[in-house]
Amino acid sequence: MNTTARVRYIGKPLLFVLCLVPVVLLLTDAAGISGSLGANPVEAIQDHFGIWGLRFIMITLAVTPLRQLTGWNWLARFRRMLGLFTFFYVLMHFLTWLVLDQGLLLSAIAEDITKRPFITIGFLAFLLLTMMAVTSTNALRRRMGRRWQQLHYSAYAVGVLGVWHFWWQVKLDTREPLLYAAILSVLLGYRLYRRRPGRARARREGKAPAAGVRHPT
Amino acid sequence: MLIRNPADILSYEITSETNYLNRRQFLRQGSMASATLFAAPALGAVLPAGTGAELADVARSRYSTDEEPNSFDDISTYNNYYEFGTGKEDPSRNSGEFEPRPWTLTVSGHAEKTGTFNLEDFVKPYRLEERIYRMRCVEAWSMVIPWVGIPLANVVKELQPTSRAKFVAFETLHDPERMPGQRSRVLRWPYREGLTIAEATNPLPLLAVGLYGKLLPNANGAPIRLVVPWKYGFKGIKGIVNIRFVESQPETSWELAAPNEYGFYANVNPEVDHPRWSQARERRIGAGLFAQKQPTLMFNGYGEHVAHLYDGLDLRRHF
Repeated sequence: MNTTARVRYIGKPLLFVLCLVPVVLLLTDAAGISGSLGANPVEAIQDHFGIWGLRFIMITLAVTPLRQLTGWNWLARFRRMLGLFTFFYVLMHFLTWLVLDQGLLLSAIAEDITKRPFITIGFLAFLLLTMMAVTSTNALRRRMGRRWQQLHYSAYAVGVLGVWHFWWQVKLDTREPLLYAAILSVLLGYRLYRRRPGRARARREGKAPAAGVRHPT
Repeated sequence: MLIRNPADILSYEITSETNYLNRRQFLRQGSMASATLFAAPALGAVLPAGTGAELADVARSRYSTDEEPNSFDDISTYNNYYEFGTGKEDPSRNSGEFEPRPWTLTVSGHAEKTGTFNLEDFVKPYRLEERIYRMRCVEAWSMVIPWVGIPLANVVKELQPTSRAKFVAFETLHDPERMPGQRSRVLRWPYREGLTIAEATNPLPLLAVGLYGKLLPNANGAPIRLVVPWKYGFKGIKGIVNIRFVESQPETSWELAAPNEYGFYANVNPEVDHPRWSQARERRIGAGLFAQKQPTLMFNGYGEHVAHLYDGLDLRRHF
């Protein structure tokens, strides 16, 4: 079996199942098997999906640095699935807020999105993720050309907005958001470092290996 | 623990001058009222030893709500008590080893009766009451909690603040060895809270020593905590060791931490939003996964008892 086949028939199904583990954990918590949802289950569900959304953004943004540092180019083929799972968890987080927390009360929802900056930010990140998820098919990617790349650079913005949303939401104890901010700084800092002016010139003059396919890194 | 002024005669045992002068009238009235006196248990809150011990002679109160109380589990496993961690399950998880007894309270400042008291002596002059109160957290969730305690107003009157006392300031125990949350600097320790004298002598505030007819669980602020039902939950300072009568408005922990978000008064007010979220509605804990949030009431529904305290005060500015 060659690498392509291994990725398609073993890697991807395996990753798909792995990405669903947080959902299974939530269900077993709800059933009282692995824990419980506690006194405030709406908050517990919303926080669970939210934090996994943030973790998946980080995991997705870690693929390219990992690929470049290890030379395992096949890692790139998992990016779309990881990105779509990011969207899935953020969508569930959004739906929990919409249906369970706000009870589909439109006036309250509109007020929250417009008047609460941390919700505005979260909503913006959700919209960006939705656009990326919708345009993630091969056909659309070909049709959109360079605009596809530009749109999918929003992954960085989603990371920043996600951490910011988390940071503004906590009451006082910012230790956990700080951890995610630190991870995001490393992931984005790595990209800045790779693109520092000296290197770019070297690359143009053919002194550094050219980057392979130029899509968002 | 050092007790600086061990009183030979406890303050409440001293007959006041007025009572002494009216002793004959007192005896006359006493003989007439003896029938009722025998029917009602004598004053004297007794705190048994042992975690979760039953409290005896608990009177009912007309201030209790008839709403259905939350379960003991919900109340004792979901709350904020940063001394034991910032997560809402941390207090119950991390307070198991905490020993709330023996315990002393120090009363100081502008009052006739100051000094350090053993907890048992401190509560003894008063009758235990059950007060089933709504509790509205500043985080927009709420519960109904059957506290047992002594009305703060009675305690304040007993301690006889002088005319210079305009506020009562409270402090929680500061002991990072026993309260692991205090090892982080998320708040400035010790936790401190305060009320105006008018608020402290209102009949509603309770110094709670019990929950569901038993001694207060560690997670909820054992052995003694404040409950102020018309204010956001963070005003309900837990594990109290110091009570000070002071002239100027005391510093309070959450105002120190974020003055633009949390004020000294912290009255429940659906019209004044937290800068980051709405205070118009609240999630009632225990209402179920698909329950709608309910509207938050002005002064958490206790306006008839407390609204007059704030006549002429701009509640938007003094949030």
